Amino acid sequence: MRYALRRLGFFVLTLWAALTLNFLLPRLMPGNPALVMMSKFHGELSPKALNALEILFGVNTHESLLGQYFGYLHQILTGNLGTSLDEYPASVTSVIGSAIWWTLGLIGVTTVLAFILGTGLGIVSAWRRGGKLDSIVPPVFVITSAIPYFWVAMVLVLIFGITLKWFPSQGGYYVTTDTPGLNFTFFQDVLNHAFLPAISLLITTIGTWILTMRNTMITTLAEDYVRMARAKGLPNRRIMFDYAARNAILPNLTGFAMSLGFVVSGAILIEYVFNYPGVGFMLLQAVSGEDYPLMQGLFLLITVAVLFAILVADLLTALLDPRTRAAG
Amino acid sequence: MAMPVSGVPAETPALQLPAGHVFARVGRAIRSNHKATVGVVLLAIFILIALFPGVIAHESPTQDAYAPQLGISTAHLLGTNHYGQDLYSQLVWGTRNVMIIAIVVGLATTALAVLIGVAAAYLGGLADSSLSVLTDVLLVIPLFPLLIVIAAYAQGGTTLVLITAITLTSWSYTARQLRAQALTLRNRDFLEAARVRGERRLYIIVVEVIPTMTSLIVASFLTNALYAVLFASSLQFIGLGDPNTVSWGTTLYWAQNNAALQTGEPLWAIAPGACIAVLGAAFALLNYAFDEIGNPALRPVRKIRHKKGAEPRV
Repeated sequence: MRYALRRLGFFVLTLWAALTLNFLLPRLMPGNPALVMMSKFHGELSPKALNALEILFGVNTHESLLGQYFGYLHQILTGNLGTSLDEYPASVTSVIGSAIWWTLGLIGVTTVLAFILGTGLGIVSAWRRGGKLDSIVPPVFVITSAIPYFWVAMVLVLIFGITLKWFPSQGGYYVTTDTPGLNFTFFQDVLNHAFLPAISLLITTIGTWILTMRNTMITTLAEDYVRMARAKGLPNRRIMFDYAARNAILPNLTGFAMSLGFVVSGAILIEYVFNYPGVGFMLLQAVSGEDYPLMQGLFLLITVAVLFAILVADLLTALLDPRTRAAG
Repeated sequence: MAMPVSGVPAETPALQLPAGHVFARVGRAIRSNHKATVGVVLLAIFILIALFPGVIAHESPTQDAYAPQLGISTAHLLGTNHYGQDLYSQLVWGTRNVMIIAIVVGLATTALAVLIGVAAAYLGGLADSSLSVLTDVLLVIPLFPLLIVIAAYAQGGTTLVLITAITLTSWSYTARQLRAQALTLRNRDFLEAARVRGERRLYIIVVEVIPTMTSLIVASFLTNALYAVLFASSLQFIGLGDPNTVSWGTTLYWAQNNAALQTGEPLWAIAPGACIAVLGAAFALLNYAFDEIGNPALRPVRKIRHKKGAEPRV
């Protein structure tokens, strides 16, 4: 319980840090860039929307920095992220709401798949150390871990999207011929469009799971209790999963926390290449359209999502490993 | 761009020997480890190209002097792009920008991480707690979106902006590793001896502690350089770099802007990406080799012929 509370405390702390970063960044930059943006839209905004943006970016205010800071925190915590400038008069929250499901679906499914497949491959390649699988898999994924996400995406677009024409390579569904709804054709269309982005993300993230699992598993395989299990004549499968893998999987769970940031950055770039209508693509659109309120809102959302997932992973680790609980 | 390939938990890095023959050992290790050899050779080639691009590419990388969309030929090894620029010389000249970012960010990030990690471990108490919290917070905030926001507010990143932003945000992983390692050293006899001799703290940190961590520091440099390449290229690719820089990421940006893949100029987009991938692989291979050198348990096992049905080796 104490451990859980500590992790929760850390979650709140990091959240506060992210909010503060969001507050400070536009104010720290030479010639507050938000000022330029605001003057551009000055005549078009309603006074209320303008006021909300002024609080967010510290424009037109005579308050001290500290006063601005509390006003800003108050506004964010009451759920007002301002108004999107490119999609005026839609609020940032509603604009984000339309994109988030695409990304959640893409990242969620792919990450679970990558975790299961990667951990499985890691277990097998450590178990048959020096075998065929083991001599191919780790070196290959050392190299793929260095490949930029967007490049994998581009190669897949080129091969399967443009040359072979097996899968659509742009967008989330056929915007012109298909209307979103709960029917089979739309569902199939979405899956078709998600295939290449998902594979790109899978290829670039699976290596971490494989290598971490393999390397820890090699260490656990040398433990006395594994030897003991062998001596008892337990079946191999049981030693592999219940004795070695079960103990070796913990670093992979902790690694999950750190790899998540990378998964998110990968997703942003992959969405960009595929014009996939998720939050990553939207973030880059907001950047190029100088829609700073939307950009800030998306950054906050992505950060909160990552922090929340880390919290869940931490609590899960505590559930699986009594040692973390004792240490907490 | 995945997380560091090191599978060794950061809390228990392999112990290193005190300084002395470190460089001789590293040299021997590089020759005997194939991954390291390949990595070093690739890296050396890229450094040479970055230093002397004019030797192998005579065309100008920026001039729109040729017919657009030429195919592969001896005059234009990789053809020309939509604007009539020679793609091959763009890549060759672009190496310099990437290498500068890789090396400067690699060094700066590692130095910052050494400073913070070792100081935290050695000072202990409140300094340690606050530095550790700072490290942990930065570690979990997703870096790439943060970099995007910073670059957007900076109105596009010149090379200097990219270098500064990446350095200031990406030291935390290394700092944590170094702190863990420095903690294991804190109560060792040779440090006790230095304290008894009455050496100053700074002297102990710089002369006694840091040299013992040389191989971890080198490995950190490699990781950080790899991320610098990937982050900087990605930012340039999405248009947050300076569009006039000659760099692989910028080439990709223009290719994407002109829908190179869709309009039958795939090389324009694929070739610079391949360069980034190969340079990244060089850093990653070296890094992985360093892992194997530092942790003998991970070294590849030699194939020993064993009887059918024999239990797998442990």
